[in-house]
Amino acid sequence: MDRERRIQGLRERLHYIQDIFANRDDESIRLLAAKFGELIERHETVSGGAKREELARIEDLFDFSERKLDTTLTPMDRVRIVRHPQRICLKDILENVYDNYTEIGGRGEYNIDPSMLIARAVFSRRVGDKVINQMVMVIGQEKGHGEAFRNGGSVKPWGNAKALHYMKVAETENIPVHAFVFTPGAYPVEDWPGAAQQIARNLYELAGLRVPVISVFSEGGSGGAEAIGLADRRIMLSHGYYSVISPEGAAAIEAGLRSGDRTTPELIEKCARQLCITAEDNLRNGYVDRVLQEPPLGARPYHYDFFHELRRELIQTTNEVVSSVKSMKLYRAMAVRTSKTDDAESIYMRWTLSSSALDRLVDLRQRKFRAMSRHARLDGTGIVSRAVAATKGTVWAAHSFVRYDLLGRQKKRLNAVFEDLGAEAHLVRHKVFMPLKKTLDRVLPGNNGEPPKVGEAVVDRLTRLSCPEDGACLVGSEWAWTSPRSQEDRTISCPNVRTHHCPDLWVPDLFGDFAGVCPSCGHHFPMEYRWYLENVFGYSEAKEFNRQLESVNPLGYEKFDTKLDKAKERTGLKSACITFETSIEEVDTVVAVLCAPFRGGSVGAAEGEKFIRAAERATRKRQPFIAYVHGTAGIRIQEGVNGVIQMPRCTIAVRRYIDAGGLYLVLYDTNSYAGPVASFLGCSPYQFAVQSSNIGFAGPGVISETTGTAVPPNYHQAYHALSRGHIHGIWDRREVKKNLHQSLLTMGGRNLYYR
Amino acid sequence: MLNIKELLDKVKASPYREIVVRAPHTGVVSFASVKPGEKVHGPRGEFMEKPGTLLAQLTREKNEKPILAPEKGVIEAVHTRYEGQFVEAGEPLVTIKHYMTRKEVIELILQEALYLFRAPERAKYYFVPEVDQKLKVSGKRSVKVHDGMEFLIVSRMKRETPLAYSGPEGIIYSVYFGRGENVDEGEPLIGVCPEDQLSVIQDVVARIQSEWEEEA
Repeated sequence: MDRERRIQGLRERLHYIQDIFANRDDESIRLLAAKFGELIERHETVSGGAKREELARIEDLFDFSERKLDTTLTPMDRVRIVRHPQRICLKDILENVYDNYTEIGGRGEYNIDPSMLIARAVFSRRVGDKVINQMVMVIGQEKGHGEAFRNGGSVKPWGNAKALHYMKVAETENIPVHAFVFTPGAYPVEDWPGAAQQIARNLYELAGLRVPVISVFSEGGSGGAEAIGLADRRIMLSHGYYSVISPEGAAAIEAGLRSGDRTTPELIEKCARQLCITAEDNLRNGYVDRVLQEPPLGARPYHYDFFHELRRELIQTTNEVVSSVKSMKLYRAMAVRTSKTDDAESIYMRWTLSSSALDRLVDLRQRKFRAMSRHARLDGTGIVSRAVAATKGTVWAAHSFVRYDLLGRQKKRLNAVFEDLGAEAHLVRHKVFMPLKKTLDRVLPGNNGEPPKVGEAVVDRLTRLSCPEDGACLVGSEWAWTSPRSQEDRTISCPNVRTHHCPDLWVPDLFGDFAGVCPSCGHHFPMEYRWYLENVFGYSEAKEFNRQLESVNPLGYEKFDTKLDKAKERTGLKSACITFETSIEEVDTVVAVLCAPFRGGSVGAAEGEKFIRAAERATRKRQPFIAYVHGTAGIRIQEGVNGVIQMPRCTIAVRRYIDAGGLYLVLYDTNSYAGPVASFLGCSPYQFAVQSSNIGFAGPGVISETTGTAVPPNYHQAYHALSRGHIHGIWDRREVKKNLHQSLLTMGGRNLYYR
Repeated sequence: MLNIKELLDKVKASPYREIVVRAPHTGVVSFASVKPGEKVHGPRGEFMEKPGTLLAQLTREKNEKPILAPEKGVIEAVHTRYEGQFVEAGEPLVTIKHYMTRKEVIELILQEALYLFRAPERAKYYFVPEVDQKLKVSGKRSVKVHDGMEFLIVSRMKRETPLAYSGPEGIIYSVYFGRGENVDEGEPLIGVCPEDQLSVIQDVVARIQSEWEEEA
């Protein structure tokens, strides 16, 4: 019986190896297959079956070959390892790493989203002669190999909402969160509350979550991974991957495929290599803190040593995080940092933190992310200008502190007191003098009969007909900048002509006077970002900063340099983000623009850095911060994780800005999808869209490719985003400036200088 | 008594419907490379988001407007004599022979065979509550109408008036309007079938269902 089981085990190992290497022609694999075949043959023909020694010999051969094959793994092999049904999943970890656990928030199919698993788990261990139980909240994606209802670990929006809920619970209970990232990516449904919107909310909360968060990455696919991956410490399993997009997706984009076609395996292999998705790559780039070595060819559920190792790592890392912010560190902190053996189990550290320690923890987390991805961009500013900028920043901060905090707050308080007093006085005066006035009015009847005086000019203006010399007819355009397209002498048809019967439009009218809006149905034709820069933000008088930050090709992605150069040449920009200071109707603001003509407005390391610096500048100067998204296709995939990491980074910057009391406004135009919407744009409490814009998590092409279902043509329409509560208003292009000003006056935090 | 067989034979003799694609407005025509005998397709996709075959381009004020095939079929004639010329609105450009689908044939026969009660004015129409309930519970073909029977409510500009049926006695075979939908004047509202002909009509429909070969 035992022998049968061992042979079965060997068979599974062989199948696993063949699956992982996708039938690659390799000497060792062929040898293993042959040896195993011989063994089976002998086992069936010869009575008594395979001998014990022979079995042991073959098992040794398997061990040896696995170790040897492990050194030849390509990135794509690792992707196959992670996707393999024999790969460990979260349930295995819960069973083997923790001493006890209770699944909460649903179980199995009876779950609001079975792909997201939540559990309260316990570490029990003996320290000295005492048994200690330490609680953690485990949150992670469960791939549930073979369980279709788990959706392969692709979390729907409500699954992420559930994760967020239990993060909050952990915060209330002051227990650490252990997040396990086992997802190929989030599921792109735009149901309530919207995939992008929910991930953005998770990121925003995680950016300031007041408990230690440790995340373990096995399979990290972009947005889905970030929803629970923003952590104090990130551990990565050595055979996992963490990427901006699946290699297949990258290959499909690279090859420019229409839906339905397939890419070649070679191209997929190449993309996997170029995206730098492996654990070593991520460790080298600084996006994970530690790599946990797995057994050869990846951990499977019977590798109990590995689970033991993971347990040690988790305890030690949690200890480390806690000790780094604890006020009473003593000798233990040092012991925690140096111990690489099983000693982690013997060091006891209380995982509940005091309020001040939690403040330090959050601050440390935010600083940690702020320092990432410095190598993935080019800062062309000279050393002198950088020093000047730094000095200026300090001066502004000091100036703002004195003016708005030290003096301004007192002034505000004084104003409030006077306001209250004034209101009181008004009431008193009213009570006392009203009866008196009434009596006087009665006694002297002539007093109230007089009509109010109206100026002659007003009467004249109201009563006469319009005259041509006043400019009754429109002369020229009222816009400061008109699109060069308005020079063309031709007409254009509105796309809504079938439903709204719009007449054809003369192009000079449309792009000149009408600002690209169909006067009959209100359809907004796409407009250049320059139009907004000039007509809304007054770019010509604005002060641009960080112009020298430049997008580069940090991963050495093939042919990407030339593409970048072309984009730079065509647009005259150095990255897709423009940041400047301007004043909108006398209100000074900081504006960040993501413009679509530069690589689709995709966000990479340079764009993220510019965005963060703009948010910091707004904080220092106590100014409102407006993000105008002319269009964004998402995260720049050619930068790999350098791009993805901008999601948490920028969200943290935004969170810091909002927490400091600022007003963060987002305005979407044309098409905004994926990463940025699912993080630093989607987390804004005030998001607006220009009519006819599209907002969503994944574009229609990606949805049909990943889920296999087509989406209706108007699936991402701004009105749908409005109805599910993602955005909070839809604006007409011609009224953007007016609405922005109105919003600046009526919305926002406490630290705005003009209020 | 209708001669259904004759009707069916007539349809079978020419199982096509000719669609004349006309210029929607004035402009200069340039035909796409479609030739007589070529197959074209109409809008496709789950949401009809993929446009039909391009037949011609009509240019007015440098604004090129594509003219697309409205339905699938075979090109019968392309009026190439207009190529590069200025045409008036309504000028026929392309003729498409549309092979009728099963559903269309059934509809055609029914329109011939049934008595069609037409809308007297543009309005919304509802069945009176009793009829409505009966239709919902026992399905179509359960309601018998006779001359002078009040069975519809005409709803227009918040004015609701009853409408009496006029025509031969029979049962309601098909309903051509939806709830809350405006029906134009003269459009059919219901198709009425004399009781004795019900089986005949059902037979024909069944025959078409099984016999009519739809062109792929």
